[in-house]
Amino acid sequence: MPALAENNKIQVFTSMEEAPKNVSTKKVVYDTKDLNLWYGDDHALKNINLSIYENEVTAIIGPSGCGKSTYIKTLNRMVELIPVVRISGEILYRERNILERTYKVEDLRTKVGMVFQKPNPFPKSIYENVAYGPKIHGIRDKKTLDEIVEKSLKGAAIWDEVKDRLNENAYGLSGGQQQRLCIARALAIEPDVILMDEPTSALDPISTLKVEELVQELKKDFSIIIVTHNMQQAARISDKTAFFLSGEVVEFAQTDKIFSNPSDKRTEDYITGRFG
Amino acid sequence: MKYIDNNLVQKKMGSRLLRNKLAKLFFLLATLFGLFVLVILIYRVIRDGAAWIDFDFINNKLSTDPERAGIMGAILGTLWLMLVVAPVTMILGIGTAIYLEEYAKKGKLQALIQTNISNLAGVPSVVFGLLGLTVFVRGMDLGNIVLAGGLTMALLVLPVVVVAAQEAIRAVPGFLREASYGMGATKWQTIKNVVLPASLPGILTGTILALSRAIGETAPLVVIGIPALLIPLPDGVFDKFTILPVQIYYWTLDSALVAEYTNLAAATIVILLVVLFLMNSVAIFIRNKFQQRF
Ligand SMILES: Nc1ncnc2c1ncn2[C@@H]1O[C@H](COP(=O)(O)OP(=O)(O)OP(=O)(O)O)[C@@H](O)[C@H]1O
Ligand SMILES: [Mg+2]
Repeated sequence: MPALAENNKIQVFTSMEEAPKNVSTKKVVYDTKDLNLWYGDDHALKNINLSIYENEVTAIIGPSGCGKSTYIKTLNRMVELIPVVRISGEILYRERNILERTYKVEDLRTKVGMVFQKPNPFPKSIYENVAYGPKIHGIRDKKTLDEIVEKSLKGAAIWDEVKDRLNENAYGLSGGQQQRLCIARALAIEPDVILMDEPTSALDPISTLKVEELVQELKKDFSIIIVTHNMQQAARISDKTAFFLSGEVVEFAQTDKIFSNPSDKRTEDYITGRFG
Repeated sequence: MKYIDNNLVQKKMGSRLLRNKLAKLFFLLATLFGLFVLVILIYRVIRDGAAWIDFDFINNKLSTDPERAGIMGAILGTLWLMLVVAPVTMILGIGTAIYLEEYAKKGKLQALIQTNISNLAGVPSVVFGLLGLTVFVRGMDLGNIVLAGGLTMALLVLPVVVVAAQEAIRAVPGFLREASYGMGATKWQTIKNVVLPASLPGILTGTILALSRAIGETAPLVVIGIPALLIPLPDGVFDKFTILPVQIYYWTLDSALVAEYTNLAAATIVILLVVLFLMNSVAIFIRNKFQQRF
């Protein structure tokens, strides 16, 4: 009885007095169970239990070095690029444990797109940047690629700015445009989830606003997990918020609740700027 | 109380400024010295050789008569040699660099291979000549043909190409690899589509510079026994051959017998320098033209 099981989980993890009405209808995308991660001897993630829901924006906040990046890089197994990493526990993505040896990372990363802190387009044309993912996955037909590129650039709200210069090098774009190009590039693989690691920390306020609006738009089609240092940003754009501290999840709840009535003293101290 | 005494600063000012000027003078002289020697060298070879360079000198075969002697054989020999050296070093060198940078686990074995490669780059070229003589000329019984010489030269410059390619590959920023892996690309797709295009200018520059070193090397080929005799023009990698620097070497040796050989050697040096200059220009051109911004 999966439906019932899901309901139970929600109760356990969010432990809210006033459960939101729509919760029971939303599906779980990612279910993290007792996740522990070490960099050598450094215990970076401790007993993480978190559920990420479909078509929601989940914000991850916490002071520098608390393990936010490590956590979202575990969700697409990018942490494995670092040789000293050891992991225990389970991460169920759509009910399959991605930490199993037999799970192909290439397959996982096709469904889970990532946008990094610093815009990192390839030193290729704007078109080639967006077409990169589809090409990797075997799409060769020019017309199909054209359509994907246009759709993705429109999806990332940058089409109008670049439609006349698709063949120019991506590094000719401004930082904010580059970041939206990277979002378009992630959209082009038609993912299910988008991971964003401080996507606006290198951007000016106007570009930041554009990316935030974009996130609101994108959550209709995708599930989004966003790491941010900006408390207002988390409050503005997310549905749920997880507060990390020294590798642990201190509190995970509806964003409204975290910011208006946190149950943990440490959460309150952090969001009111008393430490971190 | 203040730590910096203004009077003392004033007093020392003069000697500080003087030492500043002396430092500049020393570095300028160091540069000028090298430049001066180079200018003399070029002046002398051009003075001795320029008058001897004409179409016949380039087009003629070797001859004992200085008036009729030409370097066509050495030019063709050099070309054929490069036709062996270039592909062999590029395939082996870039392959090794990719393996070491992208695949090999960073551990003892990798460190050992790395140290060996760096040390090989410093082994005198005569030693490579002996290696070529033992393995290719005698061991595989190839004789002193282009193929044997080319393989010897390829081994000689291989460490340089490996190190240059490794540096170029290492200079590709990690965030580009992450972007590629993040979209589900395999390691090979990432190497092929991101790492190699971004590092190719550096790899090519390194390779061309290594090849121009091979073109100027004499010792290994003398060791494997390039003939000083008159031989037919080579027209394949299985022919006997000679190359420009070896030609220069023998003419200089024999200049005690025939005085004009000095001029022939000088003329050949001019040609060799022009070839090297062109190759280095191509390397610089490639670096500037294909350099990617990121
Ligand atoms: N490659 C690595 N090797 C070893 N330790 C690492 C590595 N990356 C991160 N760590 C350690 O893991 C802990 C969590 O780092 P992480 O990057 O996840 O923090 P973060 O919450 O994203 O911080 P920030 O807000 O500054 O980005 C830190 O103590 C850090 O020192
Ligand atoms: Mg981080």
